[in-house]
Amino acid sequence: MYSFEPNEEQQMLVDAVGKYAVNDLRAAAHEAEESRELPKKLISKGWELGLLQASTPEAYGGFGERSAVTGALAVEEMAFGDLAGALAVMTPSLFATPILLAGSEEQKQEYLPKVIEGEWHPYTAALIEYAFDFDANDLRTTAKLSGGDYVLNGEKAFVPFAKDAEAMIVYANLDGQTQGFIVSKNTAGLTISDEREKLMGINALPTYRVKLNDVTVPVANRLGGASGHNFELILASMRIASASAAVGVSKASLEYSINYAKEREAFGVKIAQKQAIAFMLAEMATEIEAIRLLVWEAAWMLDNGKEEAVNQAYLAATGAADMAMMVTDRGVQILGGHGYIREHPVEMYMRNGRGFAMLTGLAIV
Amino acid sequence: MTIEFETPKPIAQIQFVLKTVAENMMRSQSREFDENEHAIPYGYIEFMHTAMRSTGGGSLTPRDEKPREGAEKRQPIGYQTLAAQIEMLAWGDVGFYLITPGGGLGAAAVQAAGSPEQRAKFLARFAGEKPTFAAMCMTEAGAGSDTSAIRTRAVLDETTKEWVINGEKIFVTAGDKSFTEYEQFGKGFIVVWASIDPTAGRSGMRAFVVESGTKGVSIVKLEHKLGIRASDTAVISLVDARVPYENVLGSPTVEKTTTGFKGAMATFDATRPLVAASGLGVARAALEFLKEKLTENGVTIRYGLPRNKLTSIERDVIDMEIQLRSAWLLVIKAVWMADNKKSNAMESSMSKVRAGDVTTKITQKAVEIMGPLGYSREFLLEKWFRDAKITDIYEGTGQINRLVVARQILGYSGKELR
Ligand SMILES: Cc1cc2nc3c(=O)[nH]c(=O)nc-3n(C[C@H](O)[C@H](O)[C@H](O)COP(=O)(O)OP(=O)(O)OC[C@H]3O[C@@H](n4cnc5c(N)ncnc54)[C@H](O)[C@@H]3O)c2cc1C
Repeated sequence: MYSFEPNEEQQMLVDAVGKYAVNDLRAAAHEAEESRELPKKLISKGWELGLLQASTPEAYGGFGERSAVTGALAVEEMAFGDLAGALAVMTPSLFATPILLAGSEEQKQEYLPKVIEGEWHPYTAALIEYAFDFDANDLRTTAKLSGGDYVLNGEKAFVPFAKDAEAMIVYANLDGQTQGFIVSKNTAGLTISDEREKLMGINALPTYRVKLNDVTVPVANRLGGASGHNFELILASMRIASASAAVGVSKASLEYSINYAKEREAFGVKIAQKQAIAFMLAEMATEIEAIRLLVWEAAWMLDNGKEEAVNQAYLAATGAADMAMMVTDRGVQILGGHGYIREHPVEMYMRNGRGFAMLTGLAIV
Repeated sequence: MTIEFETPKPIAQIQFVLKTVAENMMRSQSREFDENEHAIPYGYIEFMHTAMRSTGGGSLTPRDEKPREGAEKRQPIGYQTLAAQIEMLAWGDVGFYLITPGGGLGAAAVQAAGSPEQRAKFLARFAGEKPTFAAMCMTEAGAGSDTSAIRTRAVLDETTKEWVINGEKIFVTAGDKSFTEYEQFGKGFIVVWASIDPTAGRSGMRAFVVESGTKGVSIVKLEHKLGIRASDTAVISLVDARVPYENVLGSPTVEKTTTGFKGAMATFDATRPLVAASGLGVARAALEFLKEKLTENGVTIRYGLPRNKLTSIERDVIDMEIQLRSAWLLVIKAVWMADNKKSNAMESSMSKVRAGDVTTKITQKAVEIMGPLGYSREFLLEKWFRDAKITDIYEGTGQINRLVVARQILGYSGKELR
């Protein structure tokens, strides 16, 4: 059957996350972006919504099952409030979810309770590399088996909260395959830049460059244990998250431009009454809805073990990146000169909107 | 309720069957009936009629699904099924699809605006011996998008209790098959929109069932078109055409309220995603053809690579797949809403906007990528490019549907945004 309505549980979650996203995240977004600082209290409040806990089984300290569809709904709602804040709240998932999906039993036992119990802790993951042709399936950072351990070498970029992270998953190229390795804080050879990354958007999210110089980790720290794991499903989950966030940001830009266009007057009418503006809005709304359904379908495929899920997630993420750029660009255009001024959020949405083409790896469902 | 994307089994089965029909009864004759514009593919029409009769109805329109006593309540999927059928038939040949017997838009108007007696009287014929057609006549030379500008008049002759209709209608899909009395076909009708009170604007507009062969009504010409040439598009003139009193759909008098007319128009919300579906069938045909040809020529699409590592052809094909699938999901959502009796004016128009866009883009791009092969009439691709364009024009142009979406999201009336 086809059906497009979240179930009761999902709806409750969407409502709760939506409230936090708009009342807390969005209210703080401008100040956070300008000062490059997210209040700790704000993150804690988002963490208390229990998104990660709700997708972790009881055996590991949580109280639910993971669902990519539910995750997609939550990420969309969260990013509708503010992207940087959303990514910060969900950063520990970057560490926990791959373990949940692909980790060995020992890894789940050891790490999941630590991550999800109590306060928000900075656990993270390092996927992106600083190269124009960065490709998650063809990493420059290498892992080599040597004397019974894995030795990691390379450099990772844009790693959220790396400075304070208790541990991170580092993705590296092992004989042509992308594989994750759990690396704890203070491991020899692991250097984290003092300076934060300087990016076009999501400035409130602290991200760092991470160097790996002969970082040695035991076989037990390879994600999934000695036999490793399927990276495709992790990447698909990251793509779905990124696409959902793109939908959320685009919706925020659309909402703001609709409200503005109904207020602003030119030539004696509201600008929304001019077809040139109204048609842009109609196209934005249509495109957002189309891509949103594509993302939901990919998430549903993933939850139902469909073979096409991996490709569908790729299509969804690719489509969402284009959609977000189109929508957020028009958001600025509809406000005219005022859209270019940082007092209105649409310019920030536009900077955030461009990121989805290159920032897969900063969120996961 | 929950979020789900599983194609219902009955739909998958119908798609399977119709694919064979599309390949054997449609594709095989597509070129012939594109090149012989006003010829009639009797074989296809007979076949579809027999097939639809044997499954109970005489047309594609969804039947009222009455829950059986004691049976578990099943989710209604009538419109979803219809959208899937239309998509598959259009994948075969959208021109042929448009001349599938069973009443089309004419029957839909009776279904929407007619009384139970009128429905019984006018719709029974489609399940009869011979394939039978009906058409809808709204558009006039001076009134296309702006339907309120129609000039066709219907005046009640009090002495004979007949409506006397005068005017000229253009662009009537299947107008010829519905009105001309072909021996191969059953007795059809056309539904003519006319004003019973020109001072009353929209609330004065009514639809009249005009039986085939009615005196004073004539087919003036059949258009020659860019595409969908298997489908006849007629100009129909009405000169003192006399129609029985009871053939008016809805109230015979003008009241202050326009609920009758609005109700009828609202039901047409249901047809927009269906037109979208027909376009997307063409788009899928073009995309599948393109991918086959690329494979034959040793070009593979490397899915999963970052955008900036893809070749231009790879990017195009991936974009086309995104466009096609996401537009189809908008269609499915709109018809799912119709099946579940949720008001879907916005979603219907969204699906039509998007389908109009992507159907034209995908077919145009496919022709471009195929180079000289795309331009050659040895393949059907160039035909699909021509067929595709109508999707953005009829049942509300892309612009008109953008207006509908914009009014919905802005909360504007037709006056505030025109
Ligand atoms: C092959 C074919 C089959 C058809 N079948 C039928 C049928 O069976 N029955 C029937 O009744 N009709 C039918 N039509 C008619 C069709 O629905 C109309 O052609 C269509 O609604 C557009 O009307 P028009 O051609 O008069 O264009 P116009 O209304 O003159 O529009 C011209 C252009 O102006 C734009 N425009 C118009 N109004 C606005 C506005 N308010 N804001 C912005 N832009 C605007 C339009 O989008 C279009 O781009 C058919 C047409 C074709 C070509």
